[in-house]
Amino acid sequence: MELVEEIKEGVIKGDLGVETKVADLVNKALEEKVPVATILREGLIAGMSVIGERFKKNEVYVPEVLIAARAMKSGTAVLKPLLADSDIEPLGTVVMGTVKGDLHDIGKNLVMMMLEGAGFNVIDAGIDVAPEKFIELAKENNADVIGMSALLTTTMPGMHGTIEAINGSELADKVKTIIGGAPVTQNYADEIGAGGFAPDAASAVDKTKELLGIA
Amino acid sequence: MLIIGERINTSRKGLHEAVEKKDEEFLKEIARKQVENGADYLEVNCGTRLEREVDDLPWLVKLVQETVDVPLSIDTPRPEAAEAALSVHKGRPIINSISAESQRYEKVLPLVKKYKSGVIALCMDDRGIPETAEQKFEVANNLRARLISDSVPEEDIYLDPLVQTVGSNQVVGMAVVEAIREIARSFPKTHISCGISNISHGLPKRKVLNRAFIVMCIAAGLDTGIVDPNDADLMQSIIAAEALAGKDDFCVRYIEAYRAGKIV
Repeated sequence: MELVEEIKEGVIKGDLGVETKVADLVNKALEEKVPVATILREGLIAGMSVIGERFKKNEVYVPEVLIAARAMKSGTAVLKPLLADSDIEPLGTVVMGTVKGDLHDIGKNLVMMMLEGAGFNVIDAGIDVAPEKFIELAKENNADVIGMSALLTTTMPGMHGTIEAINGSELADKVKTIIGGAPVTQNYADEIGAGGFAPDAASAVDKTKELLGIA
Repeated sequence: MLIIGERINTSRKGLHEAVEKKDEEFLKEIARKQVENGADYLEVNCGTRLEREVDDLPWLVKLVQETVDVPLSIDTPRPEAAEAALSVHKGRPIINSISAESQRYEKVLPLVKKYKSGVIALCMDDRGIPETAEQKFEVANNLRARLISDSVPEEDIYLDPLVQTVGSNQVVGMAVVEAIREIARSFPKTHISCGISNISHGLPKRKVLNRAFIVMCIAAGLDTGIVDPNDADLMQSIIAAEALAGKDDFCVRYIEAYRAGKIV
């Protein structure tokens, strides 16, 4: 179990790219027959969730989140071929995109990274995403949540449009929605009937779990 | 350097409420203070008011211009709000902003021509925000050429190479600096403007990074900045950098600023 703790610490410390410590540790854990689920949940995801908490409290900063995510990725890459044979399911599937007319992606990418770090399967819809595209990707991937980002007050209505399109589709009762971005507020989320709103990437994880009833 | 004071923006703390309650004295004081501290232009932005922006923006323009004698930078991506604000503005405004995104270009250009305004031209097009210096320059070059062919005077164009946070990608700082250098070298009459503070998003003690970055940008040829003029450390860094960059003949402005107690 010490090895799992080391993996967790390795993710928290992050990987500057000079060494691939977390990947090595994961390999070592596999050799010692530590179950894949334990490595993933108590090592990699646990480490990332510590980073998420610290980020929320402003104790760590964006670059530190990025290097932690990179460390985690090096570990999950080792596990990936084994995950198919195990019975580990992702927490849920989220389709994430920046809405139509908006080309900003830094915030959206950070949210995606945090969601992946928490154990979600995340589909990147990209930028300038039309409502139909969100819906198409959600259907294709059997998504539980559609996440929308907007950085401009003029593109925010794209969130409203997408939510209306979802409500008018067969996904209406199947998919939850969550929105975020610099000008977006809880008030606006209520106004347009979004399932949830998150002010930052770490809260986005909590909110998504809440929407899906995951403790 | 042309200083555009950034503080009248409803995404800043307390401002949304002040505009909502029409708290004139509070807003006038913010305007006065910025001009006192050296702003040449004041920016007005009430984007968080959403559809009420169309009424609030012209109201802000009038309020600010009856308080201080400076022209304004009208900051909105909403053409109808920009038009309402421009129609009551006195002097030569700056429109913030146009870009090479097709829709935005077509909607904002008529306003630039009608009001003979300056215009901040964001170096992005339908493909998104360019990342490298070469891509930034390419978009800047095309956008500038298009504006000039649409008969916008070169001196009215403020190319903005678009600053993004160095926290998530460490190459973007130098990409902006190199793009500024290339634009300044190729088009000496075209202005270059930046929203400096984006560079430090997500990092601690942002002012320290903003200050270092604006010095680097001035060295490369930045001549317009949307900044907080009440940040005395930033303002003295700008004055010092301009003297060092040969933009201050006989260092007169630096010496004057010292005598005025602004260099400490």
